[in-house]
Amino acid sequence: MPNSTGGGGCEVVTRQDFSDVTYLLEVRHPLMAKAARPGQFVIVMPHEHGERIPLTIADFDRVKGTITLVIQAVGKTTREMQRDIKVGSRLHSLVGPMGIPSHIGQAKKVLCVGGGLGVAPIFPQARAYKESGAYVIGVVGFRNRDLMFWEDKFRACCDELIVCTDDGSAGIKGMVTEGIREAVARHPDIDECVAIGPPVMMKGCAEATRPYKIRTIVSLNPVMVDGTGMCGGCRVKIGDRVKFACVDGPDFDGHLVDFDDLMFRLQRYRATEREASERFNESCRLRGGPGHGEAEH
Amino acid sequence: MAAKKKKTIRMIPQARTPAHEQDPRERACNFLEVTHSYDVEQAQLEAERCLMCPDQPCVRGCPVNISIPDFIERITERDYRGAYDVITEANLLPAVCGRVCPQENQCEGVCTVGDTLEPVAIGRLERWVGDLAIKEGWSNVPYIEKNDFKVGIVGSGPAGMACAADMAKAGCDVTVFEAFHEAGGVLKYGIPDFRLPNTVVDAEIAKLEKLGIQFECNTLVGRLFSIEQMIEEMGFHAVFVGTGAGYPSFMGIPGESLNGVLSANELLTRCNLMHAREFPNYDTPMQPGKQVVVIGAGNTAMDAMRVCLRLGAEKVRCLYRRSKAEAPARAEELHHAEQEGIEFQWLASPLELLDDGKRNVRGVRCTRMTLGEPDESGRRRPVPEPGSEFEVEADMVVYAIGTNANPIIGQTSKLKLDKRGYIAADAGLATSIPGVFAGGDIVTGAATVIEAMGAGRRAARGMKAFLGLRDTDFIYQDRPAEPVATLFGIDRAEHGYARVRLPR
Repeated sequence: MPNSTGGGGCEVVTRQDFSDVTYLLEVRHPLMAKAARPGQFVIVMPHEHGERIPLTIADFDRVKGTITLVIQAVGKTTREMQRDIKVGSRLHSLVGPMGIPSHIGQAKKVLCVGGGLGVAPIFPQARAYKESGAYVIGVVGFRNRDLMFWEDKFRACCDELIVCTDDGSAGIKGMVTEGIREAVARHPDIDECVAIGPPVMMKGCAEATRPYKIRTIVSLNPVMVDGTGMCGGCRVKIGDRVKFACVDGPDFDGHLVDFDDLMFRLQRYRATEREASERFNESCRLRGGPGHGEAEH
Repeated sequence: MAAKKKKTIRMIPQARTPAHEQDPRERACNFLEVTHSYDVEQAQLEAERCLMCPDQPCVRGCPVNISIPDFIERITERDYRGAYDVITEANLLPAVCGRVCPQENQCEGVCTVGDTLEPVAIGRLERWVGDLAIKEGWSNVPYIEKNDFKVGIVGSGPAGMACAADMAKAGCDVTVFEAFHEAGGVLKYGIPDFRLPNTVVDAEIAKLEKLGIQFECNTLVGRLFSIEQMIEEMGFHAVFVGTGAGYPSFMGIPGESLNGVLSANELLTRCNLMHAREFPNYDTPMQPGKQVVVIGAGNTAMDAMRVCLRLGAEKVRCLYRRSKAEAPARAEELHHAEQEGIEFQWLASPLELLDDGKRNVRGVRCTRMTLGEPDESGRRRPVPEPGSEFEVEADMVVYAIGTNANPIIGQTSKLKLDKRGYIAADAGLATSIPGVFAGGDIVTGAATVIEAMGAGRRAARGMKAFLGLRDTDFIYQDRPAEPVATLFGIDRAEHGYARVRLPR
């Protein structure tokens, strides 16, 4: 019998803080761990009054029956989760895996690019390509050395790993597009590129590979509510077609995606989101740091 | 029963008993229910209006064939519990259906009284009985003899609920899977509280749980496990797919990706299920428009417009390419929307959504339409009137022009689909996979709550036949006598059914 999240929700079994904004949650959900495949995402609702936020699955362990999420605390919900969720906490709702799994084809040499919040979700793809027998070149980008994580995991499944940092404190100095240029210069026979990260970074990657006609897959992250195709909030322009990222994606051909449209659409609820964030700051200030009673509203 | 004096049209109360409604100006600012339930005197008075005609067209007009004159008769006899029992034989959710059925096209549309006077307010009476049942805590849990069949229901909307109820009554172990974090489907995310309060839906779901039905939320069937896995690995003997048609349509005109343009589904889900209207107490954001244009004139469009009004819009306009007579909304909803001050632009269709230069919508360029020859749906086809273009101001544009088939089940199973992507099912709602049935919007395309419930019940009949279970409807309902009612001393409906016991 599937005991999805019945009862008290899904239990968080591990928490790891990579930096003051990035944290990892490993959540027990054996059925989802069994079903999850690279490229899929989940929707999390941390508490009863929370919003539903989509998060790409960063790893899954079928033996332990867990899935791993790596989250950047950027908005009210993700910062509140950072503050409140500990080992043993339960997420009010966790549903997935959603979206069409990435197509791990017969490519022989693959470039897996992850930047910022895209570093974690590129990992299952790199591992899947490695398992399919491809030569995998990983390119991961961080702002600086202190924000780096999972280097060992990537080293274990990549034949080559190029680390890029904005300030040059580790690996090469520059954005992931620098890494792509370096990789392409060394390997003229790359068949495929997968890029995950903020829209502006994926746009840069698509432009970097376009001159070489390397098939480039990107994973899109628009605003969505249900994640099952029902609300249409996540519609994206792919060439001259409109697609719903949640059920037609989230993977699309990066050379066809209208990234400007995506970036504008991500601003849709910015005013309300900002207000929520400010209220959250205020409530944190009133609380005088964590563990000082309620005073939430 | 003692012979009653036959009623005639002249003996009954001539005017339909009005139900109290919130004042339009007041209610346009709140999410409380618009129409109040009858009180007991009003219900008595209205029940007197039923002629108890022998023809009973209303029963045939009801998609689930409730014995309408029977339950009304119980009301006149002040046997309210009896009235509830009569309704729930056919319909588990009277408080819901009494509120949202388009009665004017169904039972009330064919009511004999309606030939001369206003028809009996069957919907309001049904609702009154349903509300009374919730208040009194009545529920109809029949004696259920358990069998060993496991039935899985995909989707907890009206189709799934109706099928689940029938299968649970037949003795099966029923589990309903829902992708959202709350059960109820469109009744929860779609229909706003002022028309159907979520507390009513929850009360009706609690009654289903009393029948032993389990609800598993946060479960996206197709992706977490497939329909095939349910049958082959998870031990389900039969599955019903009632996932609804959710995949909102847009028109493909310029400007649809501008900010401020959204589907009615998104607006309603944010507002109803996610409580965005209670921001910041709830986290889901929603930026209400001041000048709202809603495209479409069905029930969803009416809900979207009235929600926008309650969220504080100054002006809400409806654009519909046909005329008022063709509008698919329930008559009462359309009337309520007009009362609340919604402006209707009949025979008008959008051509382009206009950009304010910052990627926000600022208006809609429209054209007037005229009605031409009837199309395949039998309605007159609207054609643009040359040179009639005009603009309306809008900072929010909501699409409520219907939905397409949701692709998830198609992507993840071998179920045969029809040309438009809906699940192909035969008259008994059996699909291409043995043991898998489907019904509701995912088979027919967008329809009404009660039609989905009718489909759920029809699928349950097919499912019982598939599992070799007796169909209690066959045995206990009065059916037109067959030429020979029994064969070898056994009721014809009982032929072919042996009591099968599976090893535990």
